[in-house]
Amino acid sequence: MNVLVCISNVPDTTSKINFVENDTQFDTNGVQFIINPNDEFGLTRAIWLQQQQQAEVTVLTVGDASCEAILRKCLAIGAQKAIRIDALPTDGFAVAQEIAAHCKNESYDLIITGRESIDYNGGMVGGILAGLLGMGYVTNCIGLTISGDTASLSREIDGGKENLSAALPLVIGAQKGLVEEDDLIIPNMRGIMQARQKPLTVLPSQNLTPKTTISKFEKPQPKGAVKLIAEDQLDQLIELLHSEAKVI
Amino acid sequence: MSVLIFAEAEKRTFKKVGFEVASYGRALADQLNVKLIAVAINTEDVHALAKYGVDHIVQIDTVALENFSAHNYAKALAAVAKNQNAKTVVLSSTANARYLAPLLSVALEASYASNVVALPVSLDPFVVKRSCFTNKAFNHTTLSGAINLIGLASNSYGIHEKTSQPEIVSFSVDVEQDLVQTQSIEKVTGKVSIADADIVVSGGRGLKGPENWHLIEDLATTLGAATACSKPVSDMGWRPHSEHVGQPENRSLLTSTLLLVFLAPFNTLLGSMLLRLRW
Repeated sequence: MNVLVCISNVPDTTSKINFVENDTQFDTNGVQFIINPNDEFGLTRAIWLQQQQQAEVTVLTVGDASCEAILRKCLAIGAQKAIRIDALPTDGFAVAQEIAAHCKNESYDLIITGRESIDYNGGMVGGILAGLLGMGYVTNCIGLTISGDTASLSREIDGGKENLSAALPLVIGAQKGLVEEDDLIIPNMRGIMQARQKPLTVLPSQNLTPKTTISKFEKPQPKGAVKLIAEDQLDQLIELLHSEAKVI
Repeated sequence: MSVLIFAEAEKRTFKKVGFEVASYGRALADQLNVKLIAVAINTEDVHALAKYGVDHIVQIDTVALENFSAHNYAKALAAVAKNQNAKTVVLSSTANARYLAPLLSVALEASYASNVVALPVSLDPFVVKRSCFTNKAFNHTTLSGAINLIGLASNSYGIHEKTSQPEIVSFSVDVEQDLVQTQSIEKVTGKVSIADADIVVSGGRGLKGPENWHLIEDLATTLGAATACSKPVSDMGWRPHSEHVGQPENRSLLTSTLLLVFLAPFNTLLGSMLLRLRW
């Protein structure tokens, strides 16, 4: 079984979000980049498939040379091969097209993307990729077992979950629940040393014209004040719920 | 030329987000000076959309679409969009809408922007404001496709009534065998979902254990509210991850809701709790 895990290089979740060049560019100064958390859940699940079902795991990102540190980390976690498509990820549709162009020349049984990246939150690459490749697609994936060429999956839906089945090949959008945070693999020294010897291939861009472009960023207005009501002021709470919030 | 919306339904009744998308679509159609067309799939009372200014309702009623299928719903919406010459398509941000939107963008070769929080900043070029960096920022995104697809963030525009007398037409679609098959759905029934809630009651580890969660549920029932929880509570499995109030999809829902958060220490009586209100 060949598994491709698509990786996005995103700012650490604790990063300060600021913009430069007249609010047209994200300020990367002092920002540490990490594997997109949703992608990391997918990568861990793929490594389990490698350990339990002898899957070959390839990781892929679309980005410039600065993304290679993240790919090396994925190799240290256990992926066997890494691919970088040498294009700036300006638009989700274009990223999916770049990945699809590569996949058409390969035979992946399972393609894992994150449900969405935590920077641009587009939530579209997996679905567009599946659409372009004519593969089945399940996003918000919180459960996956593979038996032969059939997958049993669970998808988080509003207020519950949906259990599904699908034939391989398949694209899934991973999220927390596919594996838990405690299950994420921290690379050990042996893995880090081995990662240096594993292949990292750079592929040329398709030079696509993006369908969307970002012209400006802005930060949200400060949040409104929080009202704290002490435990012995129940009457005040009731009054606020009644007269201000108008919910009782 | 027209604006096309998908008015989502559950159990043959429109969801609240369906009316918000209709309200947004009406305002957008007015800006563009075009008709607003709504697609209703397996919905009984399509006339409910007349309160939100819809000009034309395309009704698709087929047993084959009884269960949600992202592939077939996208295919049906694409067929209607092409049939009606829609240049802008608006969906909500429910889990199902986010699932089908990328497939629809491929079917229509449309530019797609999710998490859109307001009416367009500009019509020519078509620029929308959307949230990014997990609600820590916004960006202005220019959509340059022949067809533009918008995913409207829940509770970002609100519901605005505007009466109309829509023309209703039936539409039939070819339904294919989906590559992905639904086996079962496990859903809590009789509860308000976070997506549909005006009020959310949220609890944390101060509740001491899942056996005390009925206190949150009782209060939510009394207020007609949805229940939510903190990250540690979902991590410990007391409540499903979908109720984690801080996850990006839920955080975006809370823009115009009242959130009641119960801070620790939490004992068994309402009167002994410290409550935090934010709205």
